[in-house]
Formats: sequence, C-alpha cells, structure tokens
Amino acid sequence: MGELLVEKHAKYIITVEKRKDDFESVVMEHLRLNGAYWGLTTLDIMGKLGAVEQDEVISWVMQCQHESGGFGGNIGHDPHLLYTLSAIQVLALFDKLHVLDIDKVSNYIAGLQNEDGSFSGDIWGEVDTRFSYISILSLTLLHRLDKIDVGKAVKYIISCKNVDGGFGCTPGAESHAGQIFCCVAALAITGSLHHVDKDLLGWWLCERQVKSGGLNGRPEKLPDVCCSCDIVISISKSVMSFIDSHVVASQVCYSWWVLSSLIMIDRVHWIDKGKLVQFILDCQDKENGGISDRPDDAVDVFHTYFGVAGLSLLEYPGIKPIDPAYALPVDVVNRVMLGR
Amino acid sequence: MHGRPRKAPTQEEQEAFTIKASKLRSLQSQFLQFHHKKVYTKEALDVSAKLLESNPEYYTAWNYRKIAVQHNLNLPEVGENEESIKSILDEELRLVENALRKNFKSYGAWHHRKWVLSKGHSSTDKELLLLSKFQKADSRNFHAWNYRRFVTTLKNIPDEKELEYTTDMIYDNFSNYSAWHNRSVLLSHLLKEKAKGYSPKDNVFTEEFEFVRHALFTDPDDQSGWFYHLWLLDQTVKLETLLVSSWPPHGYNLSLSVDGSFGDCSLSPFTSLQTNTRTLPLILYFSEAVENICSSTVEIECENVASNELVWRSLSGDGTGSAQAWLTYLNFPEEHAHSEKAYQVKVSLARSQGIFSSTGVHHGNSSHIEFSVSVPPHCSEDVDLKKEGKISWSDECFSTHDTQFLESVLVNLFHLERTKIVETVVDYQWNITTINTEITHCRELLSTMNCKIGKLTLARLLKAHDTLMSYTGTSHRDVSHHAEILQLYDDLKKMDPAHLHYYQDEYSLVLLKQIISNQELLLKHCRKYRDPSSPRINNFCLRLNNLSLSRIGSMEKLLWVQVLDLSYNQLKTLEGLEVMQLLSCLNVSHNKLCSFTALEPLKLLRSLKVLDISYNEIGTHSIDTRRYLCSSPLNHKSGGNWKPEEFEMHGAGVADYWEAYTIFKDLNLIQLDVIGNAVSDEKIKSLLVKLLPSIQWLDGESCH
Repeated sequence: MGELLVEKHAKYIITVEKRKDDFESVVMEHLRLNGAYWGLTTLDIMGKLGAVEQDEVISWVMQCQHESGGFGGNIGHDPHLLYTLSAIQVLALFDKLHVLDIDKVSNYIAGLQNEDGSFSGDIWGEVDTRFSYISILSLTLLHRLDKIDVGKAVKYIISCKNVDGGFGCTPGAESHAGQIFCCVAALAITGSLHHVDKDLLGWWLCERQVKSGGLNGRPEKLPDVCCSCDIVISISKSVMSFIDSHVVASQVCYSWWVLSSLIMIDRVHWIDKGKLVQFILDCQDKENGGISDRPDDAVDVFHTYFGVAGLSLLEYPGIKPIDPAYALPVDVVNRVMLGR
Repeated sequence: MHGRPRKAPTQEEQEAFTIKASKLRSLQSQFLQFHHKKVYTKEALDVSAKLLESNPEYYTAWNYRKIAVQHNLNLPEVGENEESIKSILDEELRLVENALRKNFKSYGAWHHRKWVLSKGHSSTDKELLLLSKFQKADSRNFHAWNYRRFVTTLKNIPDEKELEYTTDMIYDNFSNYSAWHNRSVLLSHLLKEKAKGYSPKDNVFTEEFEFVRHALFTDPDDQSGWFYHLWLLDQTVKLETLLVSSWPPHGYNLSLSVDGSFGDCSLSPFTSLQTNTRTLPLILYFSEAVENICSSTVEIECENVASNELVWRSLSGDGTGSAQAWLTYLNFPEEHAHSEKAYQVKVSLARSQGIFSSTGVHHGNSSHIEFSVSVPPHCSEDVDLKKEGKISWSDECFSTHDTQFLESVLVNLFHLERTKIVETVVDYQWNITTINTEITHCRELLSTMNCKIGKLTLARLLKAHDTLMSYTGTSHRDVSHHAEILQLYDDLKKMDPAHLHYYQDEYSLVLLKQIISNQELLLKHCRKYRDPSSPRINNFCLRLNNLSLSRIGSMEKLLWVQVLDLSYNQLKTLEGLEVMQLLSCLNVSHNKLCSFTALEPLKLLRSLKVLDISYNEIGTHSIDTRRYLCSSPLNHKSGGNWKPEEFEMHGAGVADYWEAYTIFKDLNLIQLDVIGNAVSDEKIKSLLVKLLPSIQWLDGESCH
C-alpha cells in the first residue's frame, strides 16, 4: 500500500502557485482565488502552510475585492459569491479575518438573497443552491448570519430536494453529489439536517462507490460519457473546459462531495473506506507530486485538494482533520466558531 | 486534469501550448481593458466574443456582454426598433451556441441564454430543436435538462407532453437516470394537481410499475430503473399518518408508586411506575414524524387535568418541532384522602385537526386511547439519593429463573399488541395487492439471475408488506417475513462486501423487530434484576446484548422499558432512544460510539440515572460523524444558546470539551461509567463531576 507523499504534494502546490504563464494557469486565471483556497487548504491539512508567503497572499486576496464588497476570481475580475467565499476561507486559514470590512462583505452577500430565500451568484441573477451554501457558510464565518432570512434560505434548499433523497441546483433539477454536498452542508450549518431523509440519501450516496473503490457523482454515468465538467459544479464554475476527455465514472473529486455528505448525515460507514483510501493514493503522481482524477491522469491543484481533503475525512494518519461542512481544517473552524 | 494522460508533453506540444497561452493571455488583457474602460464598440465586443468562444468559463466576459447589451439597447438609434433589438439579442444567442459547442457544460453560457430569452424579444421556437440536438449528444447533461424545464415553462408546454418526452428518452435508453428523474418530478406535479387522467393515483402507479418493469427485466444491473422503482414503492406504502402506539398503552391500569421504592416485590413495568413527583409521562408515537401536537390537536379528558394547559414537546434527537414521538406530563394533585384514587384518562386525536407530517400528509384517522391511573394517597419525602447503591451490570445480577414473573410481564406486552388503538378503518387493499404483485415479479426475476439490487428490493418489498399488514390489524406475526429478509441481507453482505455496513444496519433493524414481535424470542432477552444493594431499580430488564446490533429500531414497541442492556453490540448511534422516557438504567458499554455527541438522544431522558458508556471509541476518531446531528456551537440554531463564558468557569478548553459540556449539562445521572474510552482521563472526569451535580459513582468509584 502506498502512502501520502506529503513533501511532494506541498512542493507541487507551491510550484503551481508561482507559475502564471503556462496554458493551464492562463485558462484558470479567472478563478485563481478558488485555486488559492484549494492549494492553501491542502497545505494546511498537511501542516505545510508555513511554506507560503502569507503577507503576499493576503495582499493579493484583498486586491481581488470589488468596491461592492464582493471578491472577483482574480484582480480586475467581477465580484461573485464563488470567489467571495474563497477569500473568506483563505483569510480564515491565516487567522486574518479581521483585515476585512466585515459589514461591507456581509452586506454584499446578504444583498444577493432573493424573495424566495434563494441566492443569486452575483448581480446577474443566476440562482443555484451552491450559492445558498456559499452565503450561509460565508456569513457564518463572519458571524453575520443574522443578516439574511435563514428560515427562507432553508426552505428554498428543501424545495430542491428530490424523490431520491438528493438535491439539485434549482427545484426540479437532478441530484448530483456536488449539489448534495452544498445543500447538506448548508442544512448542517443551519442546524436543519432533520429535513434530510438520511437513510434514503445515504443509500444513494454509498451506491456511488464503484468496484475500483472510487466514487462517481450520479447513478449510471457510463464510462464512455464525458463528465469532466460535472465535477466542477460545487466550488468553482469550471476548471476543465479545455480538456476534451472521455473518463471513467469514478473520480477523486467525488470522494470529497460524497464523503463529506455521508459524514454529515452519519452514514459514512456504508462505504468501503479502505478501498477508497487506496484509490486516492493510486491517483498520486509519485514523481512530481499532485493528485489526479484517476490513476495515471495528469494532476492538478483541484484534485490534489479533493484527494488530500478526502484522505483527511477518511482519518488518514498524520494529516489534520477537516470539517465536512465548513471545508476548512477543524482547528480553523474551532478558532473561528468557538473563539479558540 | 480530467482524463488527460499523465505524461510530459513533447516539445512540439509544449510549443503549441505556449503559443496558445500567449494568444489567450493577450485576448484576456485586451478584454479586461475594454471592460474596465466601459468600451462597447464592435471591436471590443469581438474581443469578448473570441475570448468566450475559446474559454466559455471566463465569467467576467459574460457579464460584460450583458452590460454591453443593455448599453446598446439604450442607444438612440436602436430605440423601439424591434429589428435592431432582435439583431442585438440574436448575436448573443449565436455566441452562446458557439460557446456551448466548445463546452456544453458552461454554467455562464447557459445562464446568458436564459438572460437573453427572459428579455422577451427572441423567439423560443428554436430552443427545443437546439436542445434535442444537444440532448442527443449527451442525454445525461443536467444543464440541458434544466434549460429544458426553463423553456417548457416559458412556452407553457403542458407536463403531460413532457412526460411523453421522458417516455421516449427512456425507451431510447433505459439507463437514462436523468429522464427517470424528470419523470418523477413531472408525475409528482401532475398527481398533486390531480390533473385529468392522473387521479386516482392508484391507477397511475399501477401503470408506472408496469412501465419500470420493462427496464428492470431488460437490464437488472442498471441502477436507474431501480431508483425509480424505490420511489414508486415508497408512494405505495405512504399512508395517512397513524398513531401507532402510546405510553401508557390503551386499555391499561397503571398504578403510580410514589414512595420511590420497589421493595422486594416484583413489579411489572406495565402495571406500575415509580415516580417521586406524582407526574406521569404520556407519550404518543406516530407512523412518521409529525408537527403541531398541542393542546388544540390532542384532547385529554381526565378529572383534575386541564387539557388546554398541557405542554407537548417533540421527542426528536435534534430538538425540532417535528418528531415521531411526542411527550407531555400529566400531574396528579396530592389527595388528602387516605385511599388510593383511580383516574380515568381518555386521549383523543380527531381526524384532520391540524396535525401534519413532514411529508405534508395529514393525520388521517381519528383515534383515541383510554387508560386508568391509580395514585396513592400521599407522597413520601423526597428520596435521598445519597443512599443509592451502585448498580452492577454483571451477569450474576440478571436472573432468568423467575420465568413466571417474566412471562406474566410479557403477556402484558403482547396484550398491548392486540389491544389496538381505537381508530377508523382504512382500506389498504390496493396497496397490499400492488406490493404482492411486485413481490411475485421480483421473485421471478431473482429465480433467473443473482442481482444485488433485485435482492435488496425484494427485502424492501417484504418489509413494506409486513408494515402494511400490521396497520390492517391482522395478526401479522403469522405472515411476517423476518427470517426471509434476514437471509436476503446475509446474502447481500457476501455479494457486495463494500456496502457491508449498510446491510448490517438494515439487518439489525429487522432482527430487533423479529425479537420484539415474538413472545418466545423476546422471553430469552428478559431478565429479572436482583441486587440487594440497589432496591430502587425496576427489576424487569431487557437485555439485548451480544447481538451484533449496529442500529436500534422498533422503538414504538419499547416505550415501556426502564432497564436496558445493549452492551457488546456494534452501535455507533443511539438515535431512537430519545423516546424511551421511562428509561432509568442504560448499558451501552462495549459498542462503537465514537463521540460524546453520539449521546445527544439521551439528553431528552429525564429519568435516566445510570449510564454505562465504557469501552467505546469516544475520542479515538479525528472525524466526528455526529457533529452536525446534535445541537452545537457550530450550527446556527443552537449557536444562540451557546455560552462559552459559562464553560470557561469549569476551567477546561472549549475546543476540547464542548461536546461533553453540551451533552452532560442536561443529564441528571447518579452513576456513570466512561472508562475504556480514549477520552477518559482525569481532566474529563473532573469536568463530568462538575457538570453532573447528582453523580454518586464515576467509573465504579464513589464521588464522595
């Protein structure tokens, strides 16, 4: 059995962080703030956050802030909830939430709640339960959840529940592991998990584990169907648009979404954890560091994060535990929520 | 990157990438300049179009396009000219189409299209054609399905027509989960609206069962149809909410013993209840979680008890206003007379009086229960807890010898089974026939092949059948399928070891049901407790130890239990125990409880005095799976009640011990065992002593 190559992954992340001109970095330029969250959280879980120039990162993060209070994916980009959460999470990692004008940021987020309780991602009105999760989590980290109508927000998420126990992005939309993570986590943070049919959803989620030990994101996603972009649904809009691919159903990124959801509803023992650990370890690039979607594919920061965070949820020894709902290391959550 | 092989690019590839990167980089910086300077000329628009056609995920460029559209629509030369407006918007639709060709799953592109169409100037006729093209290429693309729902709403296409579309898609490929999903959404809607041809629902479901059978028999290993079948099954067993049991049970004569002692005589938990407060807990247990149990929905007739002053609380582990079991306390005033007084109590729930379930189904039947309570003439002094002896869980304290006593208690229990709560009769004929038909077909399928999900479905069908039969009042013990279901789960454990624990959990629930519904089996688990040093524990004990139980259920039949031994099982959760309001002694040692938060259900047990959680895994795990299923400072609802200051007074670190704090501050234990857990060190013990003012015995040692 292989082991987690902490040093190599740390080196890989720091290299990518510095690289700005190769093709991948250019394609992902508009979501660099998401990338920073993935990379830095991975480093923190592995106990390597000290290797990063903290002041440099924070000053760059703050330059991504727009006058409205929201953050863009990079300097000069429009503000959006997706990147606002990443900014808050990165600052929380460094224990620097106080550099924010908290009322300004929280007003931006609260201003995006709609009459029906849902949230738009930005002023252009795209509605999605991902944005409900992001708003609830962001405001919780800022201790400003009272700025929104939590009851209505929860009600909207419930209206996206499907007969298979899962959740979609809007009422009537199909269940998907990433979307389920967002909805279950939002309900967890608001203390509303009694709305979830834990046995029904738990069975749907545990059936995502396929023979290889890995997980897929939806039932019967056939190996010959390209699902590369389904996976970026949760935190980011897309990373992989350029890669035309035909991939097998199980991928490392699902390990996070399925695992964290199963943990929050206390049904994680329904999957074979040992097999999943092995699957993730097999996806490591043993030479240059980084983790890929499946064994022998090219690595990226996104999957390195989901792989390491997944191992953390699987109680892999030697790395920090991560909180399944806040998607931050448990010690960071304790610091923010319990006042250390 | 997804699906891209992990290999170093060749030099040519590297060069091509570098050229592509620098081209894209220059487009990006040109675009950002235009955007920041608010330039919306043709040249600027072309740059943004090129950028989006090569990277549809570049979200700021979609925003820019929207600003540009608004800007250009406001130009004086455009004005009210419908042609010019249309031409501006058509350009956007064309760009979206190109972007989608590049990336069919671009959120930004799909949203842009919706935004343009919502302006109301463009024809929607082309949209379904375009979609058919895309949906043919990838029938599972959920963006396309979402967009389809958007367009059909915009065009007022009736649900019936869309349902036909899902039929076509499913016939095209039985494995299309997205189509099955959309079918469940459309059908739920049509049934709710009671649309023409979709009422009564019985006929509709009979047809749907036939429809899905084609898929299941064509490819039994495909999950899509089975998930749909599970929904149909769920709809078939979903009845109006029923009152399934109560404490005290219907038709019982109970006497309160208020001197706090059982003395030497053996008392059945069915005929007497020890209390020192002259109050009686009244518990109602429903077939599913319900809301709005209160004095206006439940009427209680009893001398000296004012029904409208009773406060009902839900017994749910998470403390919400929705629960399967509800509790209130009946207070009997102190009588000065020297004789014992018997009270007749009648509890009535009328039909449709505002009780509703979490699924929106109203409490369907009017039902009532009646029982009598004898209250002794005087109340003795409050019991001195300090005199309490230590309760021992060792085997020698539990005797099976007095079978006469044990049997007499069980007669009570099974009499309870037969004395049904009085209710109006409902006809379940269609439901039972349907389940029987499905059982036959499922058996037929399994006779030809060994199919995992088919076996699981058969187990679920048999379970559903037994549940339905129990509601009809037929003595279901004679026809129950427990043994067969257990065999099916045993097979599944071997066939599909990755999901072993799912099957084990299901197995445990059925095993418990089997034990509890059979008098002879249950007798084997009943013990008479005798320990001369502790006279004040009810001597009828239910011992469900050493059964490999990973989960507990059938709680509706266990409301009477006062002493329960669940040691040496595999329990990870105590969910369900919150309804055992009479429980005074609980042993869950040697299980798999992973955290203090797993004890949350016990917080609602006011009478719990003795608790053994020794030799579990508390503190062993870095990830707490109960963290969000209990009220904690990490979730909003209870966040408000969280007072870290109060905690600091106890001199322990908040982050390390908040779990213990939130659980034990509400318990009133006199005896606790925590030894054999990773967390049990001196620090936690001293915290526990502070949190539990009445504690007498901690880990077998006297606290005084």
